[in-house]
Amino acid sequence: MLGTPHIDILRSPLGRARGLGSARAGSHHWWVQRLTAVALVPLTIWFIFSVIHLSGATHQVVIDWLSTPLTLGLMVALIIATFHHLQLGLQVVIEDYVHQEAAKTGAVLLMKAACVMLALVCLVSVLKIGL
Amino acid sequence: MVAFNLPLNSRVGQGKTYKAPAGTKRVGEFKIYRWSPDDGKNPRTDTYEVDLDACGPMVLDALIKIKNEIDPSLTFRRSCREGICGSCAMNIDGGNTLACLKPIEDVKGAVKISPLPHMPVVKDLIPDLSQAYAQYRSVKPWMQADTPAPPDGERRQSKEERAKLDGMWECILCFCCSTSCPSYWWNGDRYLGPAVLLAAYRWIADSRDEATGQRLDELEDPFKLYRCHTIMNCTDSCPKGLNPAKAIGAIKQLIVERQG
Repeated sequence: MLGTPHIDILRSPLGRARGLGSARAGSHHWWVQRLTAVALVPLTIWFIFSVIHLSGATHQVVIDWLSTPLTLGLMVALIIATFHHLQLGLQVVIEDYVHQEAAKTGAVLLMKAACVMLALVCLVSVLKIGL
Repeated sequence: MVAFNLPLNSRVGQGKTYKAPAGTKRVGEFKIYRWSPDDGKNPRTDTYEVDLDACGPMVLDALIKIKNEIDPSLTFRRSCREGICGSCAMNIDGGNTLACLKPIEDVKGAVKISPLPHMPVVKDLIPDLSQAYAQYRSVKPWMQADTPAPPDGERRQSKEERAKLDGMWECILCFCCSTSCPSYWWNGDRYLGPAVLLAAYRWIADSRDEATGQRLDELEDPFKLYRCHTIMNCTDSCPKGLNPAKAIGAIKQLIVERQG
């Protein structure tokens, strides 16, 4: 037969449901994730068409293309929107699946640092070529 | 981390088979999850063969027949047998629904029945819903108004205002939706789940309620509300044909709306 079951939570269900209360936050995260998603639709389509259009072009043609203010501006917008959207989305994934507080915070920080670094490398690269 | 496998003492084993009496023309096979807190054993799946010619059309009819005539130890909740009490919510043929509204003939092959997913099991098909009920209570599902009701009657609503509650007041709190939601499985301790958010929106949308702002304040939380990733299992599973995903979307919209 079973021994006496060990009960480690006697807090009331209502107390647990209320928990730490509402963070009064999360809407900004959610809204910006949607905004960046919408922005990425035209930006990504533009980027793909540009790359197809440039296929086979000489090195100089590509540099000239990237050096126009409009192209460079769109590239910077594409990079910022992509990595911002990426880190917002990955944060949600980590929060969904990692429940241990220290591991969660560590994973989120590491992921955000990686996204910022990748974004900076991309930005510096296109600016270096385009400016 | 999220547990993707059942713990060892929850793995479901093979149980007994109860054969139909010889000469039964139309045999229906029911594979039912069984677990008792009293015997210290793992859960098992028992198979019951039922004479469908001597049984009502719904899955609940078969369960009642099994309990009455084959195995009185089979344990499940039921009350109204017409889809209004929400007691007989369970997982049938891979989807959450009410046993009383699910025709046996809609299921191809053996009818597999288990309790609502990812809730603690009390016994057999009975899940422990105390946490879900507490979450429901935490959104204060009652009218909050500072304006006193007219002394000579009730608070009035226009037909248009009343129409906004359609599709929400019909919820019977069976929790088919919440227990079908992966987000609720992974984070049910903090995420309120579709059933409770539908109930919360029912009061946000009520023209007589004066606590809309406080209600939105209470919901604006990365876990309580924003664990909804619009997976839509809730809307898919609702045996009453309601749309909790739409209500959750409306809450998110209102929170953005009041910011600018």
